[in-house]
Amino acid sequence: MSDKTNTPPVGPASKDGSERWNQTLRDITGGSAMISILAVFVALVVGAILIAFTNEGVQETAGYFFSRPTDLLQAVWDAVAGAYSALFQGAIYNFRADNFLTAIRPLTETLTFATPLIAAGLGVGLAFRVGMFNIGGRGQMLIAAGAAGWVAFAVELPAGIHLIVAILAGLLGGAIWGGIVGLLKARTGAHEVIVTIMLNFVALYLIQFLLRTPGALQAPGSNNPKTPAMLPTAVFPDLFGPRYNLHAGFLTVIAATIFVWWLLDRSNLGFQFRAVGQNPNAARVAGINVKNVYMYAMAISGALVGLAGVNQVLGTLTSGFSSGIDAGIGFDAITVALLGRSRPWGIFAAGILFGAFKAGGFAMQAAEGVPIDIVVVVQALIVLFIAAPPLVRAMFHLPTPGTTRKPRIHSVKVRTSNEVVAK
Amino acid sequence: MKLELRGITKRFGALVANNNISLTVESGEIHALLGENGAGKSTLMNVLYGLYIAEEGEILLDDVVQKFAGPGDAMNAGIGMVHQHFMLVPVFTVAENVVLGHEQTTFGGRLDLSAARAKVREISDRFGFDIDPDALIEDLPVGVQQRVEIIKALSQDAKVLVFDEPTAVLTPQETDELMTIMRQLAASGTSIVFITHKLREVRAVADRITVIRLGTVVGEASPTATNAELASLMVGRAVELTVHKNAPELRGTALAVKNLSVIDSRNQIVVNNVSFDVQAGEVLAIAGVQGNGQTELTEALLGLQQHVTGSIELDGKPLRGYSVRHILDSGVGFVPEDRTEDGLIADFSIAENLMLDRSSGAPFVKAGNLQLGFRAKFAAEKIHEFDIRSQGSEMEAGRLSGGNQQKVVLARELSRDLRLFVAAQPTRGLDVGSIEFVHTRIIETRDSGIPVIVVSTELDEVVALADRIAVMYRGEIVGIVPGNTPRATLGLMMVGEHAPATEAAL
Repeated sequence: MSDKTNTPPVGPASKDGSERWNQTLRDITGGSAMISILAVFVALVVGAILIAFTNEGVQETAGYFFSRPTDLLQAVWDAVAGAYSALFQGAIYNFRADNFLTAIRPLTETLTFATPLIAAGLGVGLAFRVGMFNIGGRGQMLIAAGAAGWVAFAVELPAGIHLIVAILAGLLGGAIWGGIVGLLKARTGAHEVIVTIMLNFVALYLIQFLLRTPGALQAPGSNNPKTPAMLPTAVFPDLFGPRYNLHAGFLTVIAATIFVWWLLDRSNLGFQFRAVGQNPNAARVAGINVKNVYMYAMAISGALVGLAGVNQVLGTLTSGFSSGIDAGIGFDAITVALLGRSRPWGIFAAGILFGAFKAGGFAMQAAEGVPIDIVVVVQALIVLFIAAPPLVRAMFHLPTPGTTRKPRIHSVKVRTSNEVVAK
Repeated sequence: MKLELRGITKRFGALVANNNISLTVESGEIHALLGENGAGKSTLMNVLYGLYIAEEGEILLDDVVQKFAGPGDAMNAGIGMVHQHFMLVPVFTVAENVVLGHEQTTFGGRLDLSAARAKVREISDRFGFDIDPDALIEDLPVGVQQRVEIIKALSQDAKVLVFDEPTAVLTPQETDELMTIMRQLAASGTSIVFITHKLREVRAVADRITVIRLGTVVGEASPTATNAELASLMVGRAVELTVHKNAPELRGTALAVKNLSVIDSRNQIVVNNVSFDVQAGEVLAIAGVQGNGQTELTEALLGLQQHVTGSIELDGKPLRGYSVRHILDSGVGFVPEDRTEDGLIADFSIAENLMLDRSSGAPFVKAGNLQLGFRAKFAAEKIHEFDIRSQGSEMEAGRLSGGNQQKVVLARELSRDLRLFVAAQPTRGLDVGSIEFVHTRIIETRDSGIPVIVVSTELDEVVALADRIAVMYRGEIVGIVPGNTPRATLGLMMVGEHAPATEAAL
């Protein structure tokens, strides 16, 4: 088995298989910024249609559409504009608030929701750039949360140092959980998709076990699978006072974004990461140790995802956590990374957008009665449109990249087959 | 059937791939279409085959204007294509491949393979191909696979056959046989368009020659024209076809390979007990038909193969068993045979590709940081020195032409301090102008006292560059002969016959 990864397989069939997987991954993750923006736009349009269809006023007026069609149009406009306006006011700026400090609160909520999404998105995006699909966000977050949380409630250290040690413990936990994947891929050729999915379950049941074990993560004197509250010395301080939920974890995420930008664009390790991600064969011929790159990349990816877990337990939910602490962020991060085209600042922006969806979704449900599921559908549609660049290009008559290149018969064939795969 | 193209113009955005091209192929004529890579030959043929729709111009068959919306229309009109990369299904039999896309069925939708077999036999007998209709494609040699492509085209009653670079994958013997087949086909009234950039073949088989450069017809030539005339027409300037080199200045053994064997990932012995020396200041060419162990041999030299036995010593220091990184650092320069797959990263810029194998230390990296300023300066220098035609050092390597991509690889490898230079298929797929450039660089490298190994399946190249020639067949070195060994002898050695004078050259 081992030489499957060591040497690029010689057989044409197996080579094509991994080539195609690689190419598809590159196509989906490397699309243009325009595709991302249009995908969000189209998803919002489709979301608007869904809002209109499910709105009672619209359904009512549709009954007498032919006698008074303007009623229907008015109802559609009211439903959609109301919902999206509520979404905006819940996510960015509340016009109905009495003063500026209250009106701006939704924006800080958005940033709070965005914090773990950005961190985990950076981790998944980094793995994308190295040609790997890290679906193990859940496991990496849980292990990181467990490690950081344990340090935060069980160890007593001076303020400041305690927080830093707790963060480092979390990053280390995530790095180990991700590094295992890299190690298995490098040494045995195990596919990272399978391994990360399986390790999600291992992490989940491990954390559940520890949460039920007194002396481990379970709160003393309690029968619930829940940890005690974090010690105040290990909690992220609020950024703008107790009035807002936004905490200093957001600063760690900004730092992480800068770090990933430096790593990928300015460091030689990142150069090797990208080389392996784009063409592992050429990287190997150029003397780059591809196995080590897989291990380092997965460890760093795991640490970044772990930062999301750290932010959850030390920032958002400091009163103790259970095994649901990951809150699906590990999976949302895949969407964030895709939407951000695996570029650090793209992920940063995409994370804030998704944070806005989360923050605004609740407001939309409360104010207009539009189910929050609509937001989930919009998120899913964004992924769908990003994964199908030809569809978006066709909708907006964008040129297909590469059409000005010298065409040949076989290149035409290859391109069509890729598009089929991408769809 | 007479084929006529009138004023064909095909544009891709701002790029004019074909500009007002007119071409007439009489019935039973072999018409060679000669041009460098990127001159627009393939585009023109794709227009003819219905894969592209031309913006202007028309296609006439026997003076009737044709409209092709796709390859199906072209095939029905009697145009057949033998592709450069065979379009065959490896796990299907010859008969199954021949009927693929035009399957005839009997009652209940069952495939009528006996009719297909009969058809294969009939065509095969007519041209003396000797092909078993039930053989699996993957078991057949490349030359025979090409005949299956020809049969496939003829079974659709093709009256015009287009051969797109048909000799790129063939041995010299197979090439000669293909020429005979083409003459036979022409004699039976088939019109043939023969696309190539190999001058010798054109002169051997063509009745008429049309030369294309930058999408425009630049002239017609007769087969009696000299190579130099054809080449200068193709490139647009006088071209040096023979490589000028002095006698090698030998400076002692640098690379010593002893009893080297390589076992590949499918547990096959692909290099079998090979021994040879290379002296500093000479070019050892490794000749042989593709797939006889040359690729694995060069990969073993670079540490890319896992299961290698025997010894490799460079300047007295062992190389076998070390990492690629260590071997590169020992001064081995390597031009891989598949430049797009192993030599370059298509999505990386030229500058990034130029530092690809030096990503771990000075001068491109300091304290973990890329030295972007140094890299840009280095790239600008190399682009100038190697005449890499590009839109600057930040242009993606994948958008360069094949010749310029190879220049990037050469620039990267030759800008290190070398103790050994290994070039595998250094001019595969390159045009005449680039071949000249690459050959000159290789001889310059040799003359600077560096031992050079050139692996090539092209006899022309082997003969032009080599001081000594090692011929490989089925993983073994059949013999090592002097550089001036006649082609006929080399051709025989390439199919496994030992040369009489083998020992003398060792």
